[in-house]
Amino acid sequence: MDGLQELRDIWVYLSASPLLHLTLTLAAYQAGLWIYERANLNPLLNPVLIAVVLIVGALVATGTDYNTYFDGAQFVHFLLGPATVALAIPLYRQFAEVKRSAGALLVSVITGSLTAALSALAIGWALGVSRDSLLSLAPKSVTAPVAMGITEQLGGLPSLTAVLVIVTGISGAMLGPPLLNLLRIKNWAARGLALGTASHGIATARALQVNEIAGAFSGLAMGLNALATAILLPILLGFIF
Amino acid sequence: MLGYLTLILVCQLIGELFVTALALPVPGPVAGMAILFAGLVARGGIPEDLGNVADVLLKNLSLLFIPAGVGVMLHVQLLQREWLSLTAALIVSTLLTIGVTAAIMAWLRPGGPEKGE
Repeated sequence: MDGLQELRDIWVYLSASPLLHLTLTLAAYQAGLWIYERANLNPLLNPVLIAVVLIVGALVATGTDYNTYFDGAQFVHFLLGPATVALAIPLYRQFAEVKRSAGALLVSVITGSLTAALSALAIGWALGVSRDSLLSLAPKSVTAPVAMGITEQLGGLPSLTAVLVIVTGISGAMLGPPLLNLLRIKNWAARGLALGTASHGIATARALQVNEIAGAFSGLAMGLNALATAILLPILLGFIF
Repeated sequence: MLGYLTLILVCQLIGELFVTALALPVPGPVAGMAILFAGLVARGGIPEDLGNVADVLLKNLSLLFIPAGVGVMLHVQLLQREWLSLTAALIVSTLLTIGVTAAIMAWLRPGGPEKGE
């Protein structure tokens, strides 16, 4: 019984320290990556999705609430801000290409950005989705750190947005390439730009594996769409609500 | 390395201050990205170590979504009610966005189309 009590004391100590949940987050991601790589980068086995499932399972099994978990995980979460700032670097690396097709690029990404937000709102509204969920759904095509910032400003639920963003990324990476083949769009720049606009970093990671031009345009579209949505969506919603 | 990490944080900090002071509808880190981008344009290049710091952050971008993703725990009831409509809206909207964006870009892009798959 003494040993059991000791174990329990250690658990109480560990579960109150940020170290445990920080480690859990990193370990679950490593496990997710391992499975994803073993499955030949199958987009269905997205490492983020696997990690989230593993962590939620562990938290539910140990009766730990989200706030306790987040006390540790916030150190990882914090880095989303600096990572967003760092998107300026890939954007700058493609600057020459950007300038060359700047007009076409801007028109495509802005139209895509409006399509993403308005179609999600319209379909969600038609299917009877609640107001909170609609506000959280609107920035779903934007990279997570920015989408969560936008939702926060709109008064939605940032943590719900994070989930919807991840599912959007996975579905675009999976279904986008076959759709583009069906539409007979063979231009790598157009393919990459569309994937990055609709499905941010997760589709960009996928595009980079297939073709360098597609990857560059996808990353660029992700950055531009983040900027366009952050500026346009609050204005747009001002008219709607 | 540390100097450039500090530079990135400073850009974010200035971005946050800028957005708050002017009540702009843009998240602070996005303003920070624009500030850093403007700095790179003014300088005319990327310092090697800054590129390395950014690559480390962006290579592990997926990891950074996890704490927020685990927040799905907080919305179990809402998702039980709305998951089907949310998923439908999300997938149809994503496919529509891919089709529209690709079609416009392929149509408007200067220079002939490159060969793809």
